[in-house]
Amino acid sequence: MRRLLRTPFGALSVAILRGFVRDRSALFFSIVFPLMFLVLFGVLLANQDESEIHLITVGDVPLLDDLPDDAAQSFAATFDVEAYDDRDAALEEVEKGDADVVLEQRGDTLVAHYTQTDQVKAAITRGTLTALVDGANVAASGEPPRFALDAQRVEDDSLTTIQFVTPGLLGWAIAMSASFGAAATLQGWRQTKLLRRLQLAPVSTGTIVGARVAVTLAIALGQTAIFLGLGAAAFGLTLTGWWWMSIPLVLVGTLCFMAVGLLAGAVTKTAEGAVNMANFFVLPMAFLSGSFFSLDGSPAWLRRIGDVLPLRHLNQGMLDVLVRGQGPGAALAPLLVLAGFAVVVTAIAAKLFRWDTA
Amino acid sequence: MTAISVVGLTKRYGDLTAVDAVDLSVEEGEFVGVLGPNGAGKTTLLEMVEGLRKPDAGEVTVLGERAWPRNPRLQPRIGVQLQASAFFERLTVREQIETFAALYRVPGSASAAWLEQVGLADKARTRVEDLSGGQAQRLSIACALVHDPEVVFLDEPTAALDPQARRNLWDLLRGINGDGRTVVLTTHHMDEAETLCDRVAIIDRGRLLQYDAPGALVAEHAATGNLEDVFLALTGREYRA
Repeated sequence: MRRLLRTPFGALSVAILRGFVRDRSALFFSIVFPLMFLVLFGVLLANQDESEIHLITVGDVPLLDDLPDDAAQSFAATFDVEAYDDRDAALEEVEKGDADVVLEQRGDTLVAHYTQTDQVKAAITRGTLTALVDGANVAASGEPPRFALDAQRVEDDSLTTIQFVTPGLLGWAIAMSASFGAAATLQGWRQTKLLRRLQLAPVSTGTIVGARVAVTLAIALGQTAIFLGLGAAAFGLTLTGWWWMSIPLVLVGTLCFMAVGLLAGAVTKTAEGAVNMANFFVLPMAFLSGSFFSLDGSPAWLRRIGDVLPLRHLNQGMLDVLVRGQGPGAALAPLLVLAGFAVVVTAIAAKLFRWDTA
Repeated sequence: MTAISVVGLTKRYGDLTAVDAVDLSVEEGEFVGVLGPNGAGKTTLLEMVEGLRKPDAGEVTVLGERAWPRNPRLQPRIGVQLQASAFFERLTVREQIETFAALYRVPGSASAAWLEQVGLADKARTRVEDLSGGQAQRLSIACALVHDPEVVFLDEPTAALDPQARRNLWDLLRGINGDGRTVVLTTHHMDEAETLCDRVAIIDRGRLLQYDAPGALVAEHAATGNLEDVFLALTGREYRA
């Protein structure tokens, strides 16, 4: 290992990596900033999926007390139950909108007072309570039930919030740090004449570019590990079987966005200009590629635009393998598209590249 | 032995002829100064000699090797100090010079010795951004010398230095030359050229005007004056770029 670090490639890689980890703003924008979005989405939208219904019982409700175990469990999952003695106070809670339904039992009749403000909750309330009464009727008849419902969940495209936002935000984070890193390095090195100085050393251009690429790839893998680790540990992100196919996606995506950064560095004259230019490419692309929210509800022409953006393909591939449980084949098309973008954009950047500002 | 041989060297940028048919030769172990007003073509000339730019016409041979295109046999034998900012960002002084040492595949022990020699041993843990102008200048020279080159090019190494730092650097440069290395430097300080250089090349508008020992130039062009009078007599007094 020590010997590797003393080769031109190793020494350059270490120098670049040190420059990165000691650059607080680069660290912030490539790691902390996207994580802030992850935490924000994770915390703010965490309860969106499980909308519990606030139910108040007044007096004794024997029907609820006598529920069999499994029914009691699903009842508890649907309702947030609170017991009141005062019927008027309970009804007032519903009128004010603080509770969704008041439940009382008069002899054999279950009486529910519910609000229609939230139609979905109202429907769930009626449906669940009806099923409860029906179940009790069947049980009271002493006959075994004749019909049964076997409900099976279908894997669909709709995902819980954290499942959806993690791959997209990760794609954006990688696009940002790869393109900013490449743009700023190229411009910074050109301005300080370090690029010229390196040209004078017996080191091939391939070694210089290779070291920069190796460091950026390592940073991207680090970002991926932090994102997926934090998502899983803190926000209940569940990865599906072929999740590790995200690694080649991350690597090729990084190459693609380094090329975007190189292009930004090649067409601008200052480091600030290069980073701004990279931002100008990446930020709108992140919106149009569904990094922050799903584009399913957006107009078709907008989605067409997204289809020609590399980040869209990275995000789709990441969603498919990370959380939608799709096989490695799902990553193949995005990989090819990203590689194609990388080659074309690098060729354009190389054409426009100048060793110095003169 | 001839260390550097330049024949009919020409470089044009559009209508501007930056270097115009320059002939120049530097002997091994010689200390040569390249003088000229801003925009005279000094930098372009040196960049072609260093192998950084392609000449439009003419030939450059350094230590018997062609300079262009980039010549990996020649590169380890020449050392170039471009300007004091050509550093890797956010590295310490030691990390900086060790990185350059690794680029030339020389052992790290050479780095420590050079830091000692340029008086930066006690700054080894300082980041390059926190160095003073003179310290950065000395570090960039140490980085240019870490692979023990035979020919050294220095681009205005004493620009922005205080008199103390300038004199110390002179001693350092004399030492480098005294070890048998060929040194080529550009400068705007005529006293510096007069003190250090065996021969000076005065360049203006891309042409080589004079190339001789400072004493000989003074005797010929400004008998009662100094090298600065020679320079002004040859290049005029109007403002340049």
